[in-house]
Amino acid sequence: MTEFLQQLGQNTRTSFTKLGRGTFFLLQTLSGTLSVLPRPRLLLNQMYSVGVLSFLIITISGLFVGMVLGLQGYYILSDFGAEETLGVMVAASLVRELGPVVSALLFAGRAGSALTAEIGLMKATEQLSGMEMMAVDPIKRIITPRFLAGFLSMPLLAALFSAVGIVGGQMVGSGLLGVDEGAYWSQMQANIDFQDDIINGVIKSIVFGFVASWIALFEGYDAIPTSEGVSRATTRTVVNSAFSILGLDFILTALMFGDN
Amino acid sequence: MQHTSTQDTFVGLFVASGIVGLFFLAMQVSNLSSFTEHDSYTITARFSNSGGLKVKSPVSAAGVKVGRVSAISFDPKTYESVVQMNIDSQYNTLPDDTTASVFTAGLLGEQYVNLEPGGSDDYLKNGGKIEITQSAIILEKALGQFLFKSAEEKK
Repeated sequence: MTEFLQQLGQNTRTSFTKLGRGTFFLLQTLSGTLSVLPRPRLLLNQMYSVGVLSFLIITISGLFVGMVLGLQGYYILSDFGAEETLGVMVAASLVRELGPVVSALLFAGRAGSALTAEIGLMKATEQLSGMEMMAVDPIKRIITPRFLAGFLSMPLLAALFSAVGIVGGQMVGSGLLGVDEGAYWSQMQANIDFQDDIINGVIKSIVFGFVASWIALFEGYDAIPTSEGVSRATTRTVVNSAFSILGLDFILTALMFGDN
Repeated sequence: MQHTSTQDTFVGLFVASGIVGLFFLAMQVSNLSSFTEHDSYTITARFSNSGGLKVKSPVSAAGVKVGRVSAISFDPKTYESVVQMNIDSQYNTLPDDTTASVFTAGLLGEQYVNLEPGGSDDYLKNGGKIEITQSAIILEKALGQFLFKSAEEKK
C-alpha cells in the first residue's frame, strides 16, 4: 500500500515536472522567434518539410472525407426530402470540426512524428550538444524555426482540407447523386457564416498547430537519447497530440459555438 | 542545399494554395460575399411575440431578402419584443405604414420577418419605427385554441 502511494506520488510529480519543463521549453522557443526572422531561409526549409510534404496527404484525405460526407449526408437527408441542404451539412461539418481536427491529427502523425524523431536523433547523436559547444543555441537554431513552420502551416493545411473536402462533397453530391449544384452552393452560402464558422475554424487550426508542434518538438528534445527512447518519444508525440487536439477541440467548440 | 530554389518554389506554391483555400472558404462557402456590410439603415418594430426569430434572421419583402435582423430585445415596460432590422439601403422606398409580420418558412423552417408595404408616400428612414406588426404564430397556442374550440362545439 505504501509502495503504491509512493509510486502514485512519484508519477504525479514526474508528470508535473515534465509539464514544467515543457512550459519552460515553450517559452525558450518563443523567445527565439526574433532571432529567426533575420534568417528566413531556416524557416523556409522547415516550411518545406513540415508543410509542403504534408500537402498531399492532407488534400487526398480531405477529398475522401468530403466525398464520404456527401454520400452519407445524402442518404440521411434524402429521407427527409432535404437533399438541397447537403452543401450546408458538408461545409459546416468540415469547416467547424473535421477540417481543423482531422488535418491536425494527420499533421501530428505525418509531420509531428518526423519532427520528434529528427530532434530525438539529433540529441542521441549529440548534435545538439555539439552546437552548444560551438556557442550556437540549438533552441534558436533548430527548434524555433520548426515550431514557427508548424504553427504557420497548420491553418493553411486545415483550410485546404476543408476547401478540397467541400469540392469533393459537391462532386459526389451533384455529380453522382443528382443534388442540384446551384442549391448546393447557395444553401451553403446562406447558412455558413464567415465570422462564426470560418474564422472560428481557422482559430481552432491555429491552436492545434501550436499545440501539435509544441508537443512534437518537446518530446523530441526531452527524449532519452537512445534508439529506444527516441521511438518511445515518437509514440508519445502521436498519442499526446491526439489527446490534446481532441480535448482542446471540445473546449474550443464549447466556447465558440456554445451560445447558438 | 542544392535543391534550394525548387524548395522555394514548392513552399511558395504551398502557401499560395493555402491562401487560395482560405479565400475559397471565405468567398464561395460563407456568406461574406452576399453579406458584406452594404450601406444599410436600421428600423425597429415591436412585436407582442417575436417567436423563434433570431439575430441574423432574414427580412424579406415580397419574397426577396432585403435585410437582416440585427438585434432583438425585451422591453420591460411594455412587455414587447423590440426587433431591430438592418435594411439594405438600396431598398430605401419602404412606406412608413409598412406592416411587419413574423412568418415561418415552410412548416418547420426558420422564422423571418416579412414586410408588407403600405400606401403611404412617406418613406421609412434610418431609425424609423414600424407601427403595425403581426406576431409570430405559436403552434402550441394555435393548436390549443383549435382544441378548445372543437370541444366547445361538441357540447
